[in-house]
Amino acid sequence: MLSRVADSILWMSRYIERAENVARFIDVNFNITLGADSDDPLQWAPLVYTTGDQDLYKELYGDPERDSVLRFLAFDDKNPNSILSCVSQARENARMVRDSITAPMWEQINRFYLLVLASAKHAGALAEPTAFCDEVKLASHALVGHTYTTMSHGEAWHFSRIGRLLERADKTSRILDVQYYHLLPSVNDVGSALDLVRWNALLRSTSALTMYRRMHGSIVPDRVADFLILDRDFPRSMRFCVMRAQDSISEITGSRPGTFTCRTEQLAGRLRSEMDYTAIEDVIREGLHEYIDRFQLLLNGIGEALQADFLSPADQTKTPTLQSQRQG
Amino acid sequence: MQYQCQGFDETFDPEGQPRPACTEFYRRLQMIGPDELGRRQQAAELQFRNAGITFNVYGHEDGVEKVWPFDIMPRVLDGEEWSRIEAGLRQRVIALNLFIDDVYNERRIIRDGVVPEELLQTSKTYRPEMQGFSPTHKAWCHVNGVDLVRDKDGQIYVLEDNLRCPSGVSYVLENREVMKRSFSQVFHGVSIAPVEEYPERLLQTLLSCAPPSAHQPLAVVLTPGVYNSAYFEHTFLAQQMGVQLVQGSDLTVVDDVVFLRTTHGLHRVDVIYRRIDDDFLDPECFRKDSCLGVAGLMRAYRAGNVALANAPGTGVADDKAVYAYVPEIIKYYLDEDAILSNVPTYLCSDGRQREHVLGNLDKLVVKPTNESGGYGILMGPQASEEDRTAYADLIRSNPRNYIAQPMLQLSTVPTLIGDRLEPRHVDLRPFVLAGESVYVMPGGLTRVALNAGSMVVNSSQGGGSKDTWVLRN
Repeated sequence: MLSRVADSILWMSRYIERAENVARFIDVNFNITLGADSDDPLQWAPLVYTTGDQDLYKELYGDPERDSVLRFLAFDDKNPNSILSCVSQARENARMVRDSITAPMWEQINRFYLLVLASAKHAGALAEPTAFCDEVKLASHALVGHTYTTMSHGEAWHFSRIGRLLERADKTSRILDVQYYHLLPSVNDVGSALDLVRWNALLRSTSALTMYRRMHGSIVPDRVADFLILDRDFPRSMRFCVMRAQDSISEITGSRPGTFTCRTEQLAGRLRSEMDYTAIEDVIREGLHEYIDRFQLLLNGIGEALQADFLSPADQTKTPTLQSQRQG
Repeated sequence: MQYQCQGFDETFDPEGQPRPACTEFYRRLQMIGPDELGRRQQAAELQFRNAGITFNVYGHEDGVEKVWPFDIMPRVLDGEEWSRIEAGLRQRVIALNLFIDDVYNERRIIRDGVVPEELLQTSKTYRPEMQGFSPTHKAWCHVNGVDLVRDKDGQIYVLEDNLRCPSGVSYVLENREVMKRSFSQVFHGVSIAPVEEYPERLLQTLLSCAPPSAHQPLAVVLTPGVYNSAYFEHTFLAQQMGVQLVQGSDLTVVDDVVFLRTTHGLHRVDVIYRRIDDDFLDPECFRKDSCLGVAGLMRAYRAGNVALANAPGTGVADDKAVYAYVPEIIKYYLDEDAILSNVPTYLCSDGRQREHVLGNLDKLVVKPTNESGGYGILMGPQASEEDRTAYADLIRSNPRNYIAQPMLQLSTVPTLIGDRLEPRHVDLRPFVLAGESVYVMPGGLTRVALNAGSMVVNSSQGGGSKDTWVLRN
């Protein structure tokens, strides 16, 4: 397939996944502030850290405060990672490759965009964000479903899956990093009384609560970390995402198992096998934050290699053009 | 129904009775109340919106994309009348192809004094690079959009030929699709010629022009990109034909062969349905500053390694000054009278005709010979004295660039405005394919001027569209 098309498809699904994660973060955070003693402004700060846009936020709004955090994350077009920005960019990518994706996929992305656009114009949308967040999650899942059931599971499909998984691995690692720190600022806090509401929220913001309980029962911080980092079967765990992304990369290159033919494959295989042979004790020993930091660097490395190997090989790059012409 | 015809109406005769072709449709329509009509209209609009069927308008800061405007009242054409139109379109396209091939090769028509040499020498769309070249089947204009209008006398005229990158066929197909889904009641008992085979016909036409050396030819659609006004159509046609939509940067030329850049290396391309103007096609050959095209593409083309549709240089025949000669061109090559009439046309390059135009600017429509999309036109009767004076200076400073025609009173079709039907002016753009054989799509794109009294139907100028029915009778 065309490199440009692969690039657009990868980013299309990556942006949709990003939008869905932001919606989930907002939803869960809103939920825990309800019934809390007071609307503590500090409760909204971790949310901005989770998406990594704290500097931009500070520049635009100053201190974190409920309404502006919600607006910033949901509808602010100056925030490139707001739900609105992500969905518009996903739609623009989809529009560029409209002939390569299926009609149900395109229609779903278009409807998704129209939905977010209508909510952004609706003054009261953020007073009660739950309904909006539900719609966003549903729209994202509908797209994943349409993609799974209407697109041939060939190269384009694999690129779309890689985009989604890389994004998801990144977001799971971020939320774990930020919330874990928020809940257990120092090692000494391990074993102190658990803020069960917040631990619940952490699991829910990765849609992991039900599956975690089935796997591990009681909420224990290290097990939560184990589940979100290393679980083999949970679709939002970092390891699961890396495993499946590597599978897709091999499908694209056609390399035999245990071998590699490009940098992307080498880096993905290396990260995967490291995770395959890591226990949570190793992670805690290294330091959770340090581990996640390193993970994110490796993940970014895979993204960059992917770009170089498949999406914009050096001789193929060209400056994007805004040149236009009329047609009769 | 209170419906006041003004001039020639496509659906009703002057007595207010439905025309024979429209009786069945009208009977069904009467069973549907105005509320229901409104609901159907809204359902159709929602479908266009959700499906993202759009066009781009230039010069807007934001939201360049606009949802395609559609009116659910169809325009109905009688089957017999259509047969004559179809024969006329076929004849015209065949003659134009012969003309272009002659112009770039033997130039018989000039030697025989039928078309003045000067007209071609001064044509901006004449490509000297194409001299001595003949594409496969001598097909130059593979895809043609011929604009037709009906005047107040009921006669159909050819308003202009669009032989370079005519747009709109995707909307014909989408209009029909949406119409069937949102207003299915009116189709019952009416037999309508299908438009749905167009993508397959287009693909066959393109493949029929592949270089003979290609055993399993690969065709692609070449687009300038997402900012182009017709980008929706480019993606639509590529998708419908199952071929890849590419941009210039996706192609590369190696040893005079065109290749696609893919995630698995280079793949040979045999046919390019290009929706990029000649100027931007190849910076080595045409405009040096083009980033939209492919360097070396023309070398590959002249070496016979790739087919381009439409062929570069085709524009020489849709120069509006050449248009005036089309009846003579048909006579010259086919020894037949033109079945479809031209609108009487004054060439400003001719001294006497120019004086006539300058003296009658308040009665004429003046058009630049090389613009499209309704840009740069003077609607004399509606223009201010000031505008006419300014335009007269333009004509005097570059007479070759202008032609003038009498203001036509376009026919009308009932159109849903608010909750009632009102007459609105329409034109018609049928599409004709020419490769190994010629195919005329039944009907075409009916564009409608949504403002009362307006004759401007271009979507870029606020026009709408209708489903076009050719009855099978």
